[in-house]
Amino acid sequence: MTQLPPPSAKKLGLVIDLDTCVGCHACVVACKGWNTENYGAPLSDQNAYSGAASGTFLNRVHSYEVQPDQGAAQLIHFPKSCLHCEDAPCVTVCPTGASYKRAEDGIVLVNESDCIGCGLCAWACPYGARELDANEGVMKKCTLCVDRIYNENLPEEDRQPACVRTCPAGARHFGDLGDATSDVSKLVAERGGFDLMPEQGTKPVNKYLPPRPKDVEPEFDILAPYLEPVAQDGTGFAHWLDKALSALPGGPK
Amino acid sequence: MHPAPSVIIFNTFSGLGFGLLFWLGMGVLVPTGWAAFIWFVIAYLFAVGGLIASTFHLGHPERAIKAFSQWKTSWLSREGICAVFALITMAIYGAGLVFAGTRLGVFGVVGGLASLGVVFTTSMIYAQMKTVPRWRHWTTPAMYLILSLSGGALLAGQIKIAAVLLIVGGVLQIFAWGTGDRRFVEAGTDMESATGLGHIGKVRAFEPPHTGTNYLMREFIHVVGRKHADQLRIITIGLAFVLPVVLLLLASNHLIAALAVISHIAGVLALRWLFFAQAEHVVGLYYGKR
Repeated sequence: MTQLPPPSAKKLGLVIDLDTCVGCHACVVACKGWNTENYGAPLSDQNAYSGAASGTFLNRVHSYEVQPDQGAAQLIHFPKSCLHCEDAPCVTVCPTGASYKRAEDGIVLVNESDCIGCGLCAWACPYGARELDANEGVMKKCTLCVDRIYNENLPEEDRQPACVRTCPAGARHFGDLGDATSDVSKLVAERGGFDLMPEQGTKPVNKYLPPRPKDVEPEFDILAPYLEPVAQDGTGFAHWLDKALSALPGGPK
Repeated sequence: MHPAPSVIIFNTFSGLGFGLLFWLGMGVLVPTGWAAFIWFVIAYLFAVGGLIASTFHLGHPERAIKAFSQWKTSWLSREGICAVFALITMAIYGAGLVFAGTRLGVFGVVGGLASLGVVFTTSMIYAQMKTVPRWRHWTTPAMYLILSLSGGALLAGQIKIAAVLLIVGGVLQIFAWGTGDRRFVEAGTDMESATGLGHIGKVRAFEPPHTGTNYLMREFIHVVGRKHADQLRIITIGLAFVLPVVLLLLASNHLIAALAVISHIAGVLALRWLFFAQAEHVVGLYYGKR
């Protein structure tokens, strides 16, 4: 059903720490690996070994340069996948009911056997979270590793999305954002987690944590006391040299 | 947005076909017998031909029947239902004219309005997209309806109606372009809101996530095609609106009428191409593009 369910109490999602992400793309590879070998159609590649390689990914890492008004530019790595929005516009546009949001935990999924591959859900998504697989002709998107997080055949520490499990920097966190006492909710509250494109009105469940402000050190040089100008009293050889050189045409006064 | 040929053909020819069905249904012209047969064949070739073309861009056209189920939320689903209803109703109306020589007025009016309903529901697929600010405006459905009505009148040989609607359509299209050019900026989505990093400073795309292209960039970022937009706008206004009106006012033999129709179709094809090629999706911002 493409009618959105009433907002669920449980809102499973990710919290991505832009301060910690090092841009290694391990989450991209882990995601592609798990979701190619498990639930649904594999994530295909086209011309994988040529100069014109292209393929389906559910998670991609952008890198942005941010230039403050003052000071040095910052490089921020920016992983992006489905945000499992509460008002998911991708769900309501679907003509077949293939695209749906789960009433029990808010995960947005595609029933691939109902998908006609019209692409409208990808049009409706402002985040580019959905990609039509070129081999299968069906829409692919992040499932929040629904086949891992509830999978009792896996050891408990593996019951989280593949991207979270693999992140070597601890920049990705998985949990229930509908529960104000959960670790992820506390993290969002502490660090000022924010929504992407809030003006689009999609109410994303996933949150992003901003980079921590850079330290502003006062200008301090440990050698400065030893490098004080020595000829300020106007005596000695250095003083004579200073005056002599300044007197030459073009010399500093 | 990627201007897919199948969708451009669908929008152009189905619009004309359903426009012609509207005027037939309303009884603006009431042919009977063989003449009626030919009119309805033309209308159905355009309307159904366009609908068939539109299935070419589907990943799984064999499952298209499932698209009739989600009319409560999906404009695409509503469009499908509306199209089937309009085509069946107008087929009954047409059969009355062709075989019995009688006008089943109720079927004509209901089927005619449903034909316009198809055009409206199609336009709402685009107008609902908050992600494409250029489309999200009342001018989108208005232009679809005007083009369908004027093109249909042109096909139906209704010179006065066609001339008036074409002039209105041309003016409205210029207005739609003028206001549409500003709408992306007015919508307020930029790289700063897309990344949430605007509080630090000015955001620039430093390194894309992949070396090649991908589905998103092919489907939503169409920079090259916009290069000749200004010339194409002039060609569109000339061919779709100005030349047909001039030809209609000059004389009224069949050859000139046919020239007016061909000119209008060529112009509308260019207009539809621009409708997609110039529409910018907000996802391009993540790639530092529009």
